[in-house]
Amino acid sequence: MSNYYDSSDLAKFREIGKAAPELGRKFFEYYNAVFAEGALSEREKALIALAVAHAVQCPYCIDAYTRASLEKGSNLEQMTEAVHVAAAIKGGAALVHGVQMRTLAEKISM
Amino acid sequence: MSKPLLLRTLAREGHPLARAEAQRATIDHVPGVAAFAERVRSTGHTALRRGVLRVMQINVGKLCNQTCKHCHVDAGPDRREVMTWATMEACLRALDACPTITTLDITGGAPEMNPHFQALVRAARARGKHVIDRCNLTILAAPGYAGLADFFAEQRVEIVASLPSVLADRTDAQRGDGVFEKSIAAMRLLNERGYGRSSGGNPGDLRLNLVYNPTGAFLPGNQASLEADYRRTLRERHAVEFDRLYTITNLPISRFLEYLERSGNLQEYMRQLHAAFNPATLDGLMCRETLSVGWDGRLFDCDFNQMLELAVDGALPRHIDQFVDGAFAEAAIVTGQHCYGCTAGSGSSCGGALL
Repeated sequence: MSNYYDSSDLAKFREIGKAAPELGRKFFEYYNAVFAEGALSEREKALIALAVAHAVQCPYCIDAYTRASLEKGSNLEQMTEAVHVAAAIKGGAALVHGVQMRTLAEKISM
Repeated sequence: MSKPLLLRTLAREGHPLARAEAQRATIDHVPGVAAFAERVRSTGHTALRRGVLRVMQINVGKLCNQTCKHCHVDAGPDRREVMTWATMEACLRALDACPTITTLDITGGAPEMNPHFQALVRAARARGKHVIDRCNLTILAAPGYAGLADFFAEQRVEIVASLPSVLADRTDAQRGDGVFEKSIAAMRLLNERGYGRSSGGNPGDLRLNLVYNPTGAFLPGNQASLEADYRRTLRERHAVEFDRLYTITNLPISRFLEYLERSGNLQEYMRQLHAAFNPATLDGLMCRETLSVGWDGRLFDCDFNQMLELAVDGALPRHIDQFVDGAFAEAAIVTGQHCYGCTAGSGSSCGGALL
């Protein structure tokens, strides 16, 4: 492979169902249901997806949900705040483990 | 987004894309995008033909108080092409000759800036026609137009108004600084006269419908979902009401085409439209029941064809002066690569999504 990531692969996402069609069908049916308007709006769900995309650092998802967020009416301010939510949780997750570090350090230190 | 707002029209700047021929050449050969007519045929559909004429859409001129970045008309304060009263009279004669046309849909530019606009509305209403005004909202607060909201209410004109976002920055980025605030103020004026109240259980016949069109090189989101979002946000933050939201796809014409080309988005946008082609939209396309009349009386299958100077099929009357009832029934519709805009995803029309 010349590149681990290729932007044209995003359009081929559904091909993942080729070798396991039933699992693919179930996944995409579930996926579409998740993103349909519900107690949360499509716009809100796209913003959550955008934040998660940054947390899992998936370039395909960032491409897809940047577009989706704009299409569904969000602006750059809202999208940037969503990315900060991801950053805060990722940063917080690292930092809160510092408690574990402190507990152990204190236990084994004189 | 950081680029300065276009303050002059392409025509005024002498931009190459001011010419329809150059626009057609730019979108005709985008790699990876099949010819539209061929794509229609490949899905087992016959070439597009008209049914019964229901709507006469008149573009009364390119004069406008705004210079929106995406305008497919290249309208603006520096344009001087406006429909004469003589041409409007020819339109009214055509309405009289063709009883199946029940709606007069008036667009521009800012249609209200045509000096004969109110006379045209009165004449159409006196004939019992439903009248739609495609309004930019800010004209209601422009000097010299103080009585416009009262006029609309008195004549029971349906207002279809552009508001591409419920967020000020997105709206202003497309339509000009301060447009969002002025648009909200105009909606308030219309609400005070009874417009836009059907969603609150009041079945009033004063319709205020909004138009969402994307503020960049992307397709519109789901119409119902956007409508719910608009209703909630506009009600909670601005205390204004509307009836329906129509999502309209930006077609690669005139200033939106210039934006696509300048920003390096043309090829990808055309491919996006092409990939989203949905044959299920073909039956409901507005061109099947619409006759589009240009400011100079020339006839087209839609307002987009009008801007690309794609006249109606050769055998048909070319000017509203020559209109004959029945001549357009089953007539071939002229298509081009821009038609991918109306057939992408859930489809697009002057009345919003088709599916």
